[in-house]
Amino acid sequence: MTSRDRILQTVKKNQPVYTEGPSEIKHTEPANALEKFKNVLVSIGGAVLEIQSLGEVKQFIEKTFPNVQHIISSVSQLPYTKVLQQSVVSPHDFKHIQIAILEGKFGVAENGAVWLTENAMLDRALPFICENLILIVPAIKIVPTLHEAYYLTDAEQYNFGTFIAGPSKTADIEQSLVLGAHGPKSLTVFLLH
Amino acid sequence: MSELNIERDHASLAEDFNKDEKRVNWHDKTLWFIREKRDKAAWQIPEWEQLREHASHIKNHVLANLYDYLLEFERKAKENGVIIHWAETPEEHNAIVQSILKKYHVNKIVKSKSMLTEECHLNKFLEQHGIEVVDTDLGERIVQLANEPPSHIVLPCIHWKKEEIGVLFHKHLRTPEGNADPQFLTHAARVHLREHFLTSKVAITGVNFAVAETGEFVVCTNEGNADLGAHLADVHIACMGIEKIIPKRKDLAVFLRLLARSATGQPITTYSSHFRKPRVGQEMHIVLLDNGRSKRLASDDFRNALKCIRCGACFNTCPVYRRSGGHSYHTAIAGPIGSILAPAWDIKKNSDLPFASTLCGSCSNVCPVKIDIHNQLYKWRQEIVRNGYVSTKKKVSMNFMELILSNPLLFTLSGWIGRKILTYLPFIVNNNFNPWYKQREMPIPPKESFRSWYQKNKQH
Ligand code: SF4
Repeated sequence: MTSRDRILQTVKKNQPVYTEGPSEIKHTEPANALEKFKNVLVSIGGAVLEIQSLGEVKQFIEKTFPNVQHIISSVSQLPYTKVLQQSVVSPHDFKHIQIAILEGKFGVAENGAVWLTENAMLDRALPFICENLILIVPAIKIVPTLHEAYYLTDAEQYNFGTFIAGPSKTADIEQSLVLGAHGPKSLTVFLLH
Repeated sequence: MSELNIERDHASLAEDFNKDEKRVNWHDKTLWFIREKRDKAAWQIPEWEQLREHASHIKNHVLANLYDYLLEFERKAKENGVIIHWAETPEEHNAIVQSILKKYHVNKIVKSKSMLTEECHLNKFLEQHGIEVVDTDLGERIVQLANEPPSHIVLPCIHWKKEEIGVLFHKHLRTPEGNADPQFLTHAARVHLREHFLTSKVAITGVNFAVAETGEFVVCTNEGNADLGAHLADVHIACMGIEKIIPKRKDLAVFLRLLARSATGQPITTYSSHFRKPRVGQEMHIVLLDNGRSKRLASDDFRNALKCIRCGACFNTCPVYRRSGGHSYHTAIAGPIGSILAPAWDIKKNSDLPFASTLCGSCSNVCPVKIDIHNQLYKWRQEIVRNGYVSTKKKVSMNFMELILSNPLLFTLSGWIGRKILTYLPFIVNNNFNPWYKQREMPIPPKESFRSWYQKNKQH
């Protein structure tokens, strides 16, 4: 018998009987999901701006990061380099990226998280290796809680997906919050109306 | 990694920790602050208690159907192109990891936080076989550089002062002497670890939740280190206990709502990454470890500990943990949950740990999956005494207590004697033979017992 079979047999023999049905969760939804999303995201170190057009993203970058050279974007309407999947030799090629602009599918009001999947990342490593991350999310796509979030993504076929809530951070040194642990030092979410 | 101290028991190691009173107070306060943050986060969710109830239900349901869920998870993960391994023991787990590393001829790996690899002492094993392990969680890297095990499952270096980290980094990362600024030190670690991320072919991560329905697994971090490691490496090895399975994706909503709020009071960790398939050209492995879990399933008394989602809330709230420090538990997982897990691994070595508690029940009150931790501590004590793993001193006093508590007359009498002793002969208890007296003042005895007060007053 292999270890696998022995483990499974022991589990089968020992697992208890439990018949209680699931309890109900009646969850409360924040009254104004968009406002809640903005407040929570700011409280966890992110920045959030409501915009009417993508042009405002370009203006923001020129103003906030005037000397930045290495910008990459998955948004075709923006005038930045797009590295096509095929031409990428390895995820290491993204190590110099200072700003990455990606499209998030939706945001979650209760925790300020944005959901994005691999096909919107250019590369899995990009949202984590870039120095500053910009996410563009349709303003109407803010769901109240994670329950709706999983309902929304239930049928989605993705190979890799992640919730990103704020910039990378740590408080391991005496509980002092430091933004930019290993991943992006800043996260800006644009809510596009 | 240095060996845990198994020669000495919790009480004696806690005594060392208590030599520096100021430090103990600071440790205590820091952890209580995190406990308060947890409360604030929980109070913002009106359905918090329902969520806990539901999470507990899902976990009970999983444990009762684990056989089917493990098979379903295995099938789905394989369909996703992931290679599945099964390990009965830590030794087998470590050998599996080593064999994967051998295939790729690597002599270095990056690893994000995984309590399971701590349980298996993987670092020590790999280092003995010539493989450098770089822990990439900042707190874990700090204790690793200091040649220490983590003292807390969520906050590995909670016992370190920033000045000490400054000295440590000066020695290992050549930061300027005397610089103890958290921002500066974190940046230095970022630069140092980025280099390792970019040069490691293999990354090891833990697993927070594994979904049977889809074969995907979720890894949560704030730093992004699990993601950076996994996405930059050619090979990703995820190590998990067989109890980490949950039935459906929608269950993730329940657990992710609870996890970070319970752990640190954050609404969610910065990254909650869902790994389903390896990226093109990458190899992905999952190692499923048993290490006594399947046996434990049979025990009505101790099965519940398998519901743990490793949030650390029971540590932060525990008055004994806060004032004795993680290392006094001399086991990979400290705190209340460690004290009920460790005796199952080795009852002899860890027979002291279920006694490292006041049984106040605070742990059970905060536990997001409603594990009855304090009951299990109590049951372990009985188990330990029954099996003769307790020191004679403790055994005598426990037998004595049992006698008194089971006899109403003796109970009344002993209360009277106790009050007299505290009043007239305080030195009988205020001495060094009574470990309870250490670091404590004995209370002023009440003039009368609750029992006699109640008798007198109930007529009115
Ligand atoms: S026992 Fe409960 S409170 Fe303690 S770490 Fe596990 S889940 Fe968290």
